[in-house]
Amino acid sequence: MAKSIEARKAILRKRILGTYEQMGLLPKLFLYVMLIAIGFVYVFPLLSMLVMSFETLEDLLDSSVKWIPNTLCWDNYKKAFEVMEFTEHIQDTLLLTAVPALFQTISCGLAGYGLARFNFKGKNILMLLVLLTFIVPFPLIMLPTYMMYSDYGILGSAWTMLLPALFGQGLRSAIFILIFKAMFEQTPRSLDEAARVDGASEKRVFFTIGIPLGVSGMLTTFLFSFVWYWNETYTTSLYITNTGRNVNLSTLMMELDRFEASYSAYLQNQYGGTAVGAAAASSGNALNEAVTMAGVMITILVPLLIYFCLQRYFVQAIDRSGITGE
Amino acid sequence: MKKLRIGLVTRRELKGWIFLAPWVIGFIAFFLYPIVQSVIYSFHSVKITAIAREMHYVGTYNYGQVFTAANVTKYISFFTSAILQLAVVLVFSLIIAMMLNKPIRGKGFFRTLFFLPVVVVSGPVLSRLVSTGGTSIPFIEAYGITGIITSILPEALATPIAQLFSQLILVLWYSGVPILFYMTGLQKIDDVIYEAALIDGADSWVAFWKITLPAIRQYIMICGVYTIVFLATNSENVIVKDMRSRMYTAGYYGIQSAEAVWYAFFISLIVVAIFLLCRERKGKKVEEVKTMEQMRVARMHAERAKRMTNYKERKERKILGKKH
Repeated sequence: MAKSIEARKAILRKRILGTYEQMGLLPKLFLYVMLIAIGFVYVFPLLSMLVMSFETLEDLLDSSVKWIPNTLCWDNYKKAFEVMEFTEHIQDTLLLTAVPALFQTISCGLAGYGLARFNFKGKNILMLLVLLTFIVPFPLIMLPTYMMYSDYGILGSAWTMLLPALFGQGLRSAIFILIFKAMFEQTPRSLDEAARVDGASEKRVFFTIGIPLGVSGMLTTFLFSFVWYWNETYTTSLYITNTGRNVNLSTLMMELDRFEASYSAYLQNQYGGTAVGAAAASSGNALNEAVTMAGVMITILVPLLIYFCLQRYFVQAIDRSGITGE
Repeated sequence: MKKLRIGLVTRRELKGWIFLAPWVIGFIAFFLYPIVQSVIYSFHSVKITAIAREMHYVGTYNYGQVFTAANVTKYISFFTSAILQLAVVLVFSLIIAMMLNKPIRGKGFFRTLFFLPVVVVSGPVLSRLVSTGGTSIPFIEAYGITGIITSILPEALATPIAQLFSQLILVLWYSGVPILFYMTGLQKIDDVIYEAALIDGADSWVAFWKITLPAIRQYIMICGVYTIVFLATNSENVIVKDMRSRMYTAGYYGIQSAEAVWYAFFISLIVVAIFLLCRERKGKKVEEVKTMEQMRVARMHAERAKRMTNYKERKERKILGKKH
């Protein structure tokens, strides 16, 4: 009898504390609690931003309102929409995000294919140079590039973003080249050889074998590139918006960057004369955090949506990149 | 016949270059040329007039000019905080990756969650989050940790650490990509190794230091390089921000270029340091293998020699016996 109690105790202990093969209840509970807690802290800024963007001025000032606003204040979004001139700038944003992303996909895909499928002298050096373009900080490049664009008269136009992307020097192109290289290396080369023996030209091999094999890599690259171009402000402000050459061309992110300045201009426009404007400002129309947060939400909405719908392609990228060994 | 074959091979090589041609052109035009130009500017005093750029050779004057007192403190504080942030990111993302590597439910959900900031991080969004105080963990403020830190540590260390705590979530947000890197690394470790260690009496603490950490050394290196490059080129970075705002100041191009060269130099120093710290100690390993191999061979030789002598002795005895 005593033995069976001992045995039962042992089994219970095994269940709770766990063995090597099976995690016990206690460690498991601990793990979930930790993950959920850290996860909450992790998205805390985003959540508080979302909540804040719906709050009215009264809610903002009321310290008892923390997570659930009394009313959903869509007015913030309406204001932010108008301040950022959403409808006008969304087209520019697409021109400066989707098009470079497409160009980058093409140029990096070509480079990755070349590096993966051909042997030639200097290939290792080329790989090293690709990595170098990732490591060298941008300030070392920006001044001469700025002058170069200015010489060619494309400063302030979309070409300043499109040209580097077209030639494989866009935002973090090195990562995409590595992704493509690893992906094309994983597919058997014998496919190409067979096609070549059957008399296919290099062009035909690329179009009938390379591209179909590279579709998922292309999608991953395009999505990442899109999101990173969407979030880019440094080069955009350097080459386009801050040059004063083309005042109308601007992305949503840049509009968010100068949100505060735009807002006062917006108030002026809305209320005309200074006296009325001042009165309007004092009566609750002044910029508050809620409106700014609505602006932020509008700006990050598209990347968030893309991420949640297609997150598989984002997460896969790391496995694919091949920088992790093999 | 031989000539033709060489021709074919070179033709194949040339075709490879055709695919890389756009990249090579871009590399020369948008990377190599600007860098060379930057280095040239850094040795000159550059003046921009309406007609042309005037350059006067000034030697290394610009390089010295970068280190004003204000700049030195700025650089020191930037690099201390960057290294601190790097350490936090590396440790934090490893912990998360190890938790996600356990057999739990909702792995995909958590992975999505921890990668989320990568999609959202951008200069304007971050600066607005910081200004509303959304980036610090509320409990830290409440328990007055910042006060404790500043009272215990010397000021040179306390300021960056306090800063780190005030923007802890931001720093944690930078670990989205490293977490995924680590996860692929951890998945590649064979379970058999852990089982063997377990049988030999190692607990999980020992197993972590002796198996996990050495096995993912390469991944730590990749994460380190990625993170430091990210921190160095991040648009919220003070130094990079200052450089851009000063770019529109006339007559500053030479010094600006020199500063960029210095900056690139410092960053590459850190990258090299990460490489050196995380490289595999190949020399030692190979030597060990060699000695084991040598021992095996030596043992074999010894045995054979022994057998030979035995054989000879027996033979001699036999001969002797016959003679008898």
